[in-house]
Amino acid sequence: MVENISGSLIDWSRAQFALTAAYHWLFVPLTLGLAVVMGLMETVYYKTGDEKWKRTARFWMKLFGINFAVGVATGLILEFQFGTNWSNYSWFVGDIFGAPLAIEGIVAFFMEVTFIAVMFFGWNKVSRGFHLASTWLTGLGATISAWWILVANSWMQDPVGMVFNPDTMRNEMVDFWAVATSDTAVVKFLHTVLSGWVLGAVFVVGVSCWFLWKRRDKAFAVRSIKVAASVGLVAALLLAWTGDSSAYNVAKTQPMKLAAIEGLYEGGNGIGLVGVGVLNPSKERWDDGEDAFLMKMEIPRMLSLLATRDMDGYVPGIGDIIRGGYQLPDGTTALSAQEKIERGRSAIASLADYRRLRAEGDTAAASAARAELMEDMPYFGYGYLSAPGETVPPVGINFYSFRVMVILGGYFIAFFAVVLFLAFKRDISRFRWLHVVALVTIPLGYIATQTGWIVAEVGRQPWTIQDLLPVGAAVSGLEVGSVRTTFFIFAILFTVLLIAEIGIMLREIRRGPEQAASDVSNDKKA
Amino acid sequence: MRNNVLVRIYRFYLDGFRSMTLGRTLWVLILVKLFVMFVILKLFFFPDFLGRAGDDASKADYVANELVERME
Repeated sequence: MVENISGSLIDWSRAQFALTAAYHWLFVPLTLGLAVVMGLMETVYYKTGDEKWKRTARFWMKLFGINFAVGVATGLILEFQFGTNWSNYSWFVGDIFGAPLAIEGIVAFFMEVTFIAVMFFGWNKVSRGFHLASTWLTGLGATISAWWILVANSWMQDPVGMVFNPDTMRNEMVDFWAVATSDTAVVKFLHTVLSGWVLGAVFVVGVSCWFLWKRRDKAFAVRSIKVAASVGLVAALLLAWTGDSSAYNVAKTQPMKLAAIEGLYEGGNGIGLVGVGVLNPSKERWDDGEDAFLMKMEIPRMLSLLATRDMDGYVPGIGDIIRGGYQLPDGTTALSAQEKIERGRSAIASLADYRRLRAEGDTAAASAARAELMEDMPYFGYGYLSAPGETVPPVGINFYSFRVMVILGGYFIAFFAVVLFLAFKRDISRFRWLHVVALVTIPLGYIATQTGWIVAEVGRQPWTIQDLLPVGAAVSGLEVGSVRTTFFIFAILFTVLLIAEIGIMLREIRRGPEQAASDVSNDKKA
Repeated sequence: MRNNVLVRIYRFYLDGFRSMTLGRTLWVLILVKLFVMFVILKLFFFPDFLGRAGDDASKADYVANELVERME
C-alpha cells in the first residue's frame, strides 16, 4: 500500500542513504584495520626501542590520520538523515536506536578525540608507554564505536529487547543486554570489524608493494608487509568463520534474505549451495514459473548444513516463505505472507482505534484495542504491503554481491598466505608480479567490504526494521525534487572529498617513510 | 597544581595544532565538509517534520497519523 508516498521518493531516499553509507564505509574499515597494524608496529618499537619501527609506525599513522580526517563526520550525516529523510522511523525506533548511538557518540568523542591527539602530537612529549597506550586506545575507541553502531543496525535486522508503546508511538527498550548482545549484533560486529582488519592489511601490503615495485624503501616495505600480512591472514581466516556464523544467524532471523542470497525459490531438505551460477533474467516474479538459473554449480546439501547445521535440514525458499505452512525451528507453523499482511493491517487498525478511543476517554474499549494491537504487533509492518510478492528483496543484487564477497574472502586467504611465505622465506622484493597483484588487491578489498554491506542492507528490503516497518512507512513525506537534488549534491561533494583524500594520500605515500623520519628528527630538535 | 596540569594540557594541544602542516589542510577539508552538509543542506532542503510537531505528545500524534494514513 503506502499509496500516498511515491515509489520515486522511496527510491531516491534509499539511494541517498545508500550513497552516504557506502561512502562512509570507504573510511571506517581502513581506520579499523590500520589501527591494528600501526598499533602492532609501535608495540614492536616500544619493546625493542628500534627507531626503524617508530619510522614505520609513524608513516602508517599519517595515512591513518588522512583517512580518519576525511572520513570523520560522514557517519554523522547518516544520523542526520534518519531525522530528515526517515522521520517516522526515527521516532518509531525510540531509544532503542538512540541509546547505542548516544553511547557511541560519547565514547567516540572522549576516546578517539583525546587519544588521537596524544597519538599525533605526543611523540617525544609523552612517555613511550603512554604514547603506545594512546595509539591502541584510539583504535579501541574506533572499534567500540563500531560496536554500538552495529548494535543499532543489528536491531533493525533482528528487533529484540523492546516493547512498542502505542501512547508514545515508540519502541521502548526493556532488555538492554538483549539488544546489545543479540546473536545478530555479536556476529555482525565480529564479521564487520574483521573485514576492516583485512582491508587495512590489504592496503598496507599493497602500498608496501608499490615501494618494492619502485625499488625504494625496501626494508621498510618488507617490515610493513610482514606485520600486515600476518594480521590479514588471521583476520581473513576468522572472517570465514564469522561469515559462516552470520549465514546461520540469517537463516534463523531473516530466512527471506537467505533465500534471496541463494536465488532459492523452492526450498526443501538437503539443499545445495550454489557456488557459481547465472540467474535467469526472464524470471521477474517468484511465482511466474520461470527457472531461477540459466546455469549453476552446486555443492550438494551444503546450504542445509550451513543454515541448519544438518545436511538434511529444511531450508525454505522464497515461495515456501510466501506460502507458509512449513514447520519453524521452534515447532510452530509458518504463517503465509498473506496472513501476515492481514494481521499487520489488523494491527494498524487497532492502533488507530486505540488512539481514537483513548482520546474519547473510552478506557475499556481502548484497552481492548490495545490488546489486539499487541497480539498482532509482530506483523505490524506487513500491513503496509499490498501483495505477498513485496516481501521479496531484489534477488539478483543479493545473489551476485554475496558471491563476490565470498570469492574475494577466499582470495584474501590465499593472497596473504602467498605474501607471508614470500616475505619470510624468499626475497619478496624480487617478485614483481606480486607487487602488481598486491596493488590490484587494494580495490578488491573495498569491493569486498561494500558488497558485504549491500547483502546486509539490500537483503533486508523491504524493511527498515525487520517485519515492523517497511521503507515506505518509514520515509519522511519530503518533496522528491529535494531528495533528488541533495542526492546529487552529496554525490558531487563525496566525489570531490574522495579525490582530495586520494590526492593527499598519494602525495604522502610518494614522500615515503623518509619524511616521517624527518618529522621525528624535527621533534627531537624541538 | 591542578592549574598546572590544565595549563600543560592546553599547551600540549596548542603546540600540537601550531606545529601541524598536513593537519591544517585536513582541518580545512573537515570544516568545509561540515558546513556544506549541516548548514546549507539543513537550511535549504529539509523541513524538520518532527521539530514542527512541538512537544513529544504532538510528535507521537504526528507519527501515529502518518503510520495509520499510509496504510489507507
